[in-house]
Amino acid sequence: MIKSIKTWILVGFASLLLVACGQSGGGAGSKKSKTLDNTKKAGFVKCGVSQGLPGFSNADEAGNWTGIDVDVCRAVAAAVLGDADKVKYTPLSAKERFTALTSGEIDVLARNTTWTLSRDADIGLTFVGVNFYDGQGFMVRKASGINSVNDFRDGISACTNTGTTTELNMRDFFNSKNIKYEPIAFEKADEVVQAYDAGRCDTYTTDKSGLAAQRTKLSNPDEHKVLPETISKEPLGPVVRQGDSVWEDIVRWSLNTMIEAEEYGVNSSNASSLKDSDNPAIKRLVGAEGELGAAFGLDNDWSLRIIEQVGNYGESYKKHIADTGILPNRGPNELWTKGGILYVPPAR
Amino acid sequence: MNFKNLKLNLSNKNKDLIPQILTVAFLILVVIYFTINAQSNMGNRGISFGFGFLSQESSFDITFSLIDYDGSHTYARAFLVGLLNTILVSAIGIFFATILGVTIGIARLSQNYLVAKSAEWYVEIFRNIPLILQIFFWYFAALRALPLTVDSINFYDISFLNVKGWYVPKFVWTNFSIFIYSIIFAFILIYFLAKYAQTQRDKYGKQIPTLYISILLIIGLPFLTFLIGGVSLSFEIPELTQLSKTVYVYRGGVSIIPELISLALALSMYTATFIAENVRAGILGVSKGQKEAAASIGLTKGQILKLVVMPQALRIIIPPTTNQYLNLTKNSSLAAAIAYPDIVLVFAGTALMQTGRAIEIISITMLTYLSLSLSISVFMNWYNKKMAIKEK
Repeated sequence: MIKSIKTWILVGFASLLLVACGQSGGGAGSKKSKTLDNTKKAGFVKCGVSQGLPGFSNADEAGNWTGIDVDVCRAVAAAVLGDADKVKYTPLSAKERFTALTSGEIDVLARNTTWTLSRDADIGLTFVGVNFYDGQGFMVRKASGINSVNDFRDGISACTNTGTTTELNMRDFFNSKNIKYEPIAFEKADEVVQAYDAGRCDTYTTDKSGLAAQRTKLSNPDEHKVLPETISKEPLGPVVRQGDSVWEDIVRWSLNTMIEAEEYGVNSSNASSLKDSDNPAIKRLVGAEGELGAAFGLDNDWSLRIIEQVGNYGESYKKHIADTGILPNRGPNELWTKGGILYVPPAR
Repeated sequence: MNFKNLKLNLSNKNKDLIPQILTVAFLILVVIYFTINAQSNMGNRGISFGFGFLSQESSFDITFSLIDYDGSHTYARAFLVGLLNTILVSAIGIFFATILGVTIGIARLSQNYLVAKSAEWYVEIFRNIPLILQIFFWYFAALRALPLTVDSINFYDISFLNVKGWYVPKFVWTNFSIFIYSIIFAFILIYFLAKYAQTQRDKYGKQIPTLYISILLIIGLPFLTFLIGGVSLSFEIPELTQLSKTVYVYRGGVSIIPELISLALALSMYTATFIAENVRAGILGVSKGQKEAAASIGLTKGQILKLVVMPQALRIIIPPTTNQYLNLTKNSSLAAAIAYPDIVLVFAGTALMQTGRAIEIISITMLTYLSLSLSISVFMNWYNKKMAIKEK
């Protein structure tokens, strides 16, 4: 009830907000950033996160949010406000997330969101980059005798979340294999886990990182396994509203800074001591050379603050994804120099 | 300006009309303002507005559908699937809530202490627990309690109950239309029989056993079609199939998904408590003198309830019960929580997400619920009028 009503109210309010903001929206292409001004005035970054996905955005009992998605918002707060803790988190369901962003309820959406053409082009959003390369997979019971997706047969039932790309990929996959299946789609991940655990469905499908994280919530995690196949590309990344290019750049380069910092071996503990490094790329990263911040109305230490307060991408990944046992192996989320596909444009 | 003339024009009728017209005009202006504003804002934010998406391919599948559907159909079709599922669960819920509610309501007035107290406890427990918790309870309790497919509860080898649903035989008909025609024909005959019986009773005081003849007609005629009309019925019994080492599924037959069962159960058990209270209030609302008068002219207990108490009680019961029917229909939107594919889950959930058209889809969904509720209201008002005292 709470969830459903909340969704309705939110969507309702969002529509009202759209209406109520009057002609004041706009501002596309202007040099000044309304979102940046508002953020500075409010003193915190309005960040939309998931309702609880370990490793990505998850709140502990005290209400402290952690995860690699959360770190994107923290990086933006460090760059813009000078303090990574100045973030207001809004937990959102898959259904609510885009409306919350387009209506201005949040300014950055860092909620394991897949970058697709229709989302980018059609509904007033802009994806600024990728902070996790994921792919959809299947989890099954070890005892089931299913060892690969080729063991699926007509009549299999699959649990998943509604309103995600997962639902569409699942259909594409089963259709291509010509398998009749029973799709059972829940609104919240917790219910999917419970239903799968109770035996309502034979397989649970979502992004592999999600499967790894949700597996820990099952009553007997060791009795389940994730099948080796990946059936889709799921580049997950932060999203901003269309029309504020300065804000878009700030979020994009906050993320890029974290990845570039790892590439150059700059981390939270050595960043300030690298101000007199011999490498100009490192000097630019820690704000000792160039005037990069000025391009989006920030001081020159913006990137140094990100690295010092949040850390580089590698630190973030290790802390939230690897050390928590979700996905110890970085796979494609390794730097391009180390065999992965993390590759960001140079900060210069 | 001559004020005298102006005053003359304002007859009493106009005096009432002008404020009303102004209010309506104001409301229309507000709606127009909000619409234009929303459009320009959405334009500014690069969000397009339109209903063209309804004819696009939906590309998602739905577990349970009363009509032919898969992802290659349109969003409009998905909407229809959701709507039909909402109507289905509401209809089932209303049916059982009414039966249960009337039973409990009468039970609360029972002379038997145990019966009356149990009914009271039932009402107090189930109406005071939030509905969403009851839905979760029935769903997850049922899922945990039911056996896996391979150890299904077996009903005479034709029907099977397990964690994936309740599998019942599918009716396979030949010449089904002849069967339906015979039923329609039986109803027409019964209608004329009732009319004939009425005139016989009014004119000659002759009692015709209408009920028994009607039962005979409604069973006998369709049965005849099996013998001479070429109608036949066979059953497709669900069959256990192994998919892998431990994964089994029933193929064939009809599967009633556990989401539907638990949702209908929770909705009817919850709403029944309110209906029970309405029924109790209705019966208590009929004055004692009526019953005593009926008894004094020699009516039996059953006749008193049927001919004197209930017709009067119904006038009290119907209006608040209409509210409960409307509540049940709207509450069925909680289905989304347990994956029953109703209109909220399918259309305001998945379709909204896939298309991103929040305003369009939420408006359509709201209008749909409004029309559903209004239809129920219209029907119940008609029924209420029918039951109301016809003063002569």
